[in-house]
Amino acid sequence: MTQPQLEIQAIAVVTAIACALPGVFLVLRRVALLSDAISHSILLGIVLAFFVAGSVTSPLLIVGAAAMGLITVVLVQALTRTKLVANDAAIGLVFPALFSIAVVLIARYSGDVHLDTDVVLLGELAFAPFERLVIAGYDMGPQSLYLMGGILLLNFAGLLLFYKELKLATFDAALAAALGFSPALVHFGLMGMVSVTAVGAFDAVGSILVVALMIAPPATAYLLTDRLPSMIAGSALIGAAAAIGGYWLAHLLDASIAGSIATVLGAMFAVAFALAPQRGLIAVARRRGRQRWEFARTMLAIHLLNHEGLPEAADENRVEHLKDGLGWDGDFTAEVVKQAKRNGLLWEGEGALILTDSGRRLAESAVAA
Amino acid sequence: MTSFTLAAGQVLIHGRPYAEQERQVAYVPQRGSVDWDFPTTVLDVVMMGRYGTIGWMRRPGGKERALALEALAKVGMQAYADRQISQLSGGQQQRVFVARSLVQDASVFLMDEPFQGVDATTERAIVLLLQDLRASGKTVVVVHHDLQTVADYFDWVTLLNVRRIASGPVHEVFTEENVRLAYGGRVAWLKTEPAATTGSTTAR
Repeated sequence: MTQPQLEIQAIAVVTAIACALPGVFLVLRRVALLSDAISHSILLGIVLAFFVAGSVTSPLLIVGAAAMGLITVVLVQALTRTKLVANDAAIGLVFPALFSIAVVLIARYSGDVHLDTDVVLLGELAFAPFERLVIAGYDMGPQSLYLMGGILLLNFAGLLLFYKELKLATFDAALAAALGFSPALVHFGLMGMVSVTAVGAFDAVGSILVVALMIAPPATAYLLTDRLPSMIAGSALIGAAAAIGGYWLAHLLDASIAGSIATVLGAMFAVAFALAPQRGLIAVARRRGRQRWEFARTMLAIHLLNHEGLPEAADENRVEHLKDGLGWDGDFTAEVVKQAKRNGLLWEGEGALILTDSGRRLAESAVAA
Repeated sequence: MTSFTLAAGQVLIHGRPYAEQERQVAYVPQRGSVDWDFPTTVLDVVMMGRYGTIGWMRRPGGKERALALEALAKVGMQAYADRQISQLSGGQQQRVFVARSLVQDASVFLMDEPFQGVDATTERAIVLLLQDLRASGKTVVVVHHDLQTVADYFDWVTLLNVRRIASGPVHEVFTEENVRLAYGGRVAWLKTEPAATTGSTTAR
């Protein structure tokens, strides 16, 4: 592996983890699309800050962008609160407006500067190693690695310090308020985190990948676990794995790195969606199937118990009469009887089905419940 | 509580404004107010009731854990401590919320329809708990709609229908006439049984 290859992967991994941390709470709060809104509207903050500072490297750009991210959240909330538009519509109204103002401003006033809407949207990881951090003549590595590393540390520290508050305000905002943890403060803290992360990340990976990195890893981890700490750790791991996997996929296909990472993220989600041990489509379908047969076996046992010891038992409890008694078709009945025999619930004597002790217990406990 | 806007009037807790007394009040919301698919355990939800006492940035520890387990035992849910909350029935969810209010060290409990759609076990567990709370000098205010149980469960009743219809000790205020006023006449009042009402009720 060459050094630029290593550097690109390092930037991608650090960015992925930095995005996944606040992303977990966006997904749990069901405001995932705010990341889309923020990552676009920050462009207006960057453009306006650029007009003030007159340079694309000024730290004022980050401040301006983060401020615009928060303004976006405030505007969306204000619109939603009027109850005249729903939350999703409010998001769809606010950020395209802010973003388009930025696009017009760039086209009109800063045609010569390095502020290019394509780069903003799609980013270009391959170019990230070109911008070096040079201190006293020494090459310290790519700038964006330091920027994203700093943001990752910030997010990690925020999460560590305010884990309890984030969890409480996300799960039950009313209780948070009653206990003195202002949910609005926690919300804006989180949104500030998202804005700063989006600003740092969009330069390296583009705002579309920022959204993918914030939403896809937590959404995938959510399917795989039911504990918050493992969802957070899982999101970070999934993001990092997709970053590395996506890099090599791009290498293989000679395609865009950001696009390949987003593709891998999508594929990982699809796999979890189908195969997750508890919540995946297949697990759910199997559980449903199992419950169906379990229920049928119990019904059979109850039916046999009801007629047990009565004069009609020899008749009612014959296999060929079950379909009248229970309304089942022949194949289904045969399969249920076969399973019930295998499970030791009943045995067949003189053409009639007879419950074993364990079959009787099953029927009795089912009736009692 | 702070998330409600006052339409009129004021809220006094032990004679002082609610804003000064927030921590004296434990609120048990309706079950539907939170996302039960949230990735956390029963014990963790109950421990959230302690967060106010712990304060910003500090982590809950062994003491909080012990208090939460104790509260879970009081509502008969200690066996479920490590369960994912999505695996609970409606009645169990309600008991978790009640357990969470118990660890808050509050002196006033506000419960919003705690008996709504719960199983008999849960209803019994909560009623026993209300009696415990009353015995230890706490005030419990319950929003309640089951007229049959008012006289059994509560000492004090306030009947509401847009405005306050009546308020006072159950044996004085909980009369056929008041209940009719509260329900606009559409109520079957059976003389033989202790029937009927709505409103909020204090066991104190």
